Amino acid sequence: MSSKEWPLWEVFIRSKQGLSHKHVGSLRAADATMAIDNARDVYTRRSEGISIWVVESKMVSASDPKDSDAFFEPSEDKIYRHPTFYDVPDGISHM
Amino acid sequence: MTVKEALYTYVVRIADDSLILGQRLAEWCGHGPILEEDIALTNISLDLIGQATNLFQYAVTLEDKGRTEDQLAFLRVDREYSNLLLVEQPNKDFGYTIARQFYFDAFRKLFFEALTNSEDTQLAAIAEKSLKETKYHLKHSSEWIIRLGDGTEESHQRIQEAVNFHWRFTHELFFQNEVDKTLIELGIGLDLATLFDDWKNYVSNVLQQATLELPSHSFKLEGGRTGMHSEHLGYLLAEMQYMQRAFPNLTW
Repeated sequence: MSSKEWPLWEVFIRSKQGLSHKHVGSLRAADATMAIDNARDVYTRRSEGISIWVVESKMVSASDPKDSDAFFEPSEDKIYRHPTFYDVPDGISHM
Repeated sequence: MTVKEALYTYVVRIADDSLILGQRLAEWCGHGPILEEDIALTNISLDLIGQATNLFQYAVTLEDKGRTEDQLAFLRVDREYSNLLLVEQPNKDFGYTIARQFYFDAFRKLFFEALTNSEDTQLAAIAEKSLKETKYHLKHSSEWIIRLGDGTEESHQRIQEAVNFHWRFTHELFFQNEVDKTLIELGIGLDLATLFDDWKNYVSNVLQQATLELPSHSFKLEGGRTGMHSEHLGYLLAEMQYMQRAFPNLTW
């Protein structure tokens, strides 16, 4: 049966103007049009979004968990890369 | 018949179509062919029941007998429902459900579009709100007609069968009597005959895209608008009305 299953799609929703699309989950659909329709029904029923992107899951390249040590650990002790030493003036939000 | 009586009947017709089709689609809850479609069908169901609520609320103010919208929805007997025969037809399978929905949505979109110009501002406002939902419903059912028609050999054959079957009920979409006549003269209701060509063109175009044949048989059934229903409505009402009948005045 698995060969008869529709392809898997990753769904990204933008919740409001100015924010970026965020990954919200995945679903199955025969093609992009159906994927967007399904995403509308499954993921925006409670006014979660104003824009939908879908990407076929097989098009996503992912980092290999085996590379985690080399990829991510080196940044853990580079505290100076975080801009945490600045005073944020009053009245600046979303920082 | 006074204008108010005509308007009441008119509003209840629209409400009954939405309510009964909403109830039919709700039967798909938990039974959809895939999760995504299960949610899509029940979303549409809720849209339709929401439309029915607005319309029944308006109807009871027109009737002015102290009834509530719930009493209209749940406590009438079958002969008092004026929905189309089309919308009470059983779901049978996904193809039959989509074919039924497709004919109805194609009509409803044109109907609500035209009704936004009604001289009755309340009716126009309800039409405008419902139109947005209906446009999506029509997109959904049209997409499925095309996919199933132009899909596999089996899906093509089965959706063609469903399209052929429901064709006999489409004539009633354009049913009119003295209720309509009264309201057309006042610019409140619309002459449904003016929608027919657009409806048929739209349906033909989508069926053509779907590589399906427009049914050619001329067998027609009607009666729903005047309370003469098929045997299926009684069973639907039994299920839909159970709670209000078993626990009168139940609310939540």
